[in-house]
Amino acid sequence: MEAIVLQVLNGLDKGSAYALIALGLTLIFGTLGVVNFAHGALFMIGAFCAVTLQRLLSLSHEVVDETRTDFLGNPLKVDVPYLADWFGVDAAQSIINWSVPLAILFSIPIMIVVGIAMERGLIKHFYKRPHADQILVTFGLAIVLQEIIKAIYGANPIPTPAPPAFTGSFDFGALIGMENIIYPYWRLIYFGFAMVIIAGVFAFLQFTTFGMVVRAGMADRETVGMLGINIDKRFTIMFAIAACVAGLAGVMYTPINSPNYHMGMDFLVLSFVVVVVGGMGSLPGAVLAGFLLGILESFASMGQVIDLLPGINQIIIYLVAIVILLTRPRGLMGRKGVMEE
Amino acid sequence: MSKSDLSRRGVLKAGAAGLATPTIFTGAAWAASHAGFTNAPEGDTVTLGFNVPQTGPYADEGADELRAYELAVEHLNGGGDGGMIPTFSSKTLEGNGILGKKVEYVTGDTQTKSDAARASAKSMIEKDGAIMITGGSSSGVAVAVQALCQEAGVIFMAGLTHSNDTTGKDRKANGFRHFFNSYMSGAALAPVLSNAYGADRKAYHLTADYNWGYTTEEAVKQATEAMGWETVNAVKTPLTQTDFSSYIAPVLQTDADVLVLNHYGGNMVNSLTNAVQFGLRDKLVNGKQFEIVVPLYSRLMARGAGANVKGIFGSTNWHWSLPDAGSQAFTRSFGTKYGFPPSQAAHTCYVQTLLYADAVNRAGSFNPCAVAEALEDFEFDGLGNGPTLYRGADHQCFKDVLVVKGKENPTSEFDLLEIVEVTPVAQVTYPPDHPQMGGAEASLGSCNPGA
Repeated sequence: MEAIVLQVLNGLDKGSAYALIALGLTLIFGTLGVVNFAHGALFMIGAFCAVTLQRLLSLSHEVVDETRTDFLGNPLKVDVPYLADWFGVDAAQSIINWSVPLAILFSIPIMIVVGIAMERGLIKHFYKRPHADQILVTFGLAIVLQEIIKAIYGANPIPTPAPPAFTGSFDFGALIGMENIIYPYWRLIYFGFAMVIIAGVFAFLQFTTFGMVVRAGMADRETVGMLGINIDKRFTIMFAIAACVAGLAGVMYTPINSPNYHMGMDFLVLSFVVVVVGGMGSLPGAVLAGFLLGILESFASMGQVIDLLPGINQIIIYLVAIVILLTRPRGLMGRKGVMEE
Repeated sequence: MSKSDLSRRGVLKAGAAGLATPTIFTGAAWAASHAGFTNAPEGDTVTLGFNVPQTGPYADEGADELRAYELAVEHLNGGGDGGMIPTFSSKTLEGNGILGKKVEYVTGDTQTKSDAARASAKSMIEKDGAIMITGGSSSGVAVAVQALCQEAGVIFMAGLTHSNDTTGKDRKANGFRHFFNSYMSGAALAPVLSNAYGADRKAYHLTADYNWGYTTEEAVKQATEAMGWETVNAVKTPLTQTDFSSYIAPVLQTDADVLVLNHYGGNMVNSLTNAVQFGLRDKLVNGKQFEIVVPLYSRLMARGAGANVKGIFGSTNWHWSLPDAGSQAFTRSFGTKYGFPPSQAAHTCYVQTLLYADAVNRAGSFNPCAVAEALEDFEFDGLGNGPTLYRGADHQCFKDVLVVKGKENPTSEFDLLEIVEVTPVAQVTYPPDHPQMGGAEASLGSCNPGA
């Protein structure tokens, strides 16, 4: 029983990442009709916003420590952050330790600019092209973006820890009267953060005039355009919002796994499977499928399950996708007519 | 000591292997332009092929390997401070290239993919005329490229490859490895772990699902079980896995009190980070502190795990802080040129280049069979790991192994590991037909000079 509870918890945080990326993918597909294979790269860029802020906050000048030597036997040059000069060593360290939460604010304008530049600069030229062309160009863009990140930050993962207050783990078992159910604080925060973002996006679309126009445009773009509404501009803004959602998912993911240039690709394919399982163009479907597949993937990694079905952990998501597409070809919550022309 | 001619044994090997050469390397044009052996150097230069990961997840390690190769070429051609050449026990290297020919090089990108690595090695051999191929940062790549070099009739001096298979069941007559292997890691680590954590421990292994993972798991399991440890479970994890939480959570449900992470690179960084996040290191099991072990450490990779490596045991082939003259000379030379200390990958690649050059000089020929014979059972010193034997039976170097621990108070981003013990070579030596090395069936085959 404890093992089941733990795997459900594990599935929730993994599902949160899938759901956030799939939500952005679905928003873009639903509004612009574009299959955006560069969406994983936006997740990765978000993560590197956290790395960048951490480095900016850690900008240092060298102070020579005559009492110690470096690897060549020369006096050791110690990096002292400028923040330490301004606020003192302890305060500077505290600020640097909080670079991931601070990066939430730092990343929003960056992701909006990146999203708008991506949509206006490249993707808009492919609106009327076949989906295969869109996939090729966005996949190419994803490779370019990840190579740029690698050229700047290198290929190795970069540690980006959570603030010390959240680095421990939470005895979840004690709450529900079970033993050995320990769960990291940051993963709980990640799940809560994902729920807030998802609720925010749904509320924005459901309860604002802007959202209402966007939903109308998703249902019938031509008619909305004929009413004199500049739907293209709104869809560009939705692309920027989708980029922000992916970026924020990336920022918050950095303490879970040290970011590297390839992390977007690692999530991209699975997130597409999530979108397809949820139903192309369905926002609730993307969220539901994200959590469902995250939890299933966790269960498939249990020792007892692998002993019974070796290799199941590597194929479970695709197996479920096949079963769902065979029984419900439009996915769990897909609408008729989407990608069926 | 140097040899001026091929021995009878070498010629016989060459003849036998020549018959076995696949057709891709026996075309008429190929044979006509490379008489005697593959890519016999013409003119006053000789070309070496450095096949390293320039893209992909191990690109940083590949970049460090390339720096080391460039340094080795500089030193072989008489430039710089000579690095390890003055400390090397063999004195055939005089700064005038190899056999008097200036050393040039070409590079290839393995991408840490076996097919890409083979393609780049093939291109360097066929188009650029490389006489020797060296490099790599993965055992899968090493085994694949080694097999290609065997077919092509050139020497392969492996870079960073730690799987037993490279000089075990997949050993080849044209392939040589200076780096240590999984067996040696297990043999060196087990006594240290037993001393530090006690002989009554229960280990849970998470293992990367490919050949290096398998051999490392087997080596550490056997070595620790011989010390009295019990292996509770061993679970394979996909190489592409990034979040290991669903593999680490079940550890909490067992009575294991040690987690062994048979992971390398990004896998190691993520699994270790996840294990620490789940509070494993703060846990008490069976009245004992829970511990984590990483059998193969890489400083470049350890940096990605940040403070999580503190206090965690592992093994490594070499470390820049070693006090011997060879290590100091190399660290000084590399550090002066590039501004930071070399990695173990850089060290093994630099040493392999010097060893190849010296073997050619001693053999008096670039013929791969003559070079192989010069390397076989060659004993040397001064290259950073103490007295070392290049064993003829499997082409594996035997030398001391370093057991290291994540440093508690690092002074810089390079100062992440501290040496806990230098395990003497006798403790990590095994017979060539050891079951972990492919048993009695494992064979080098015959040397192939190509052409």
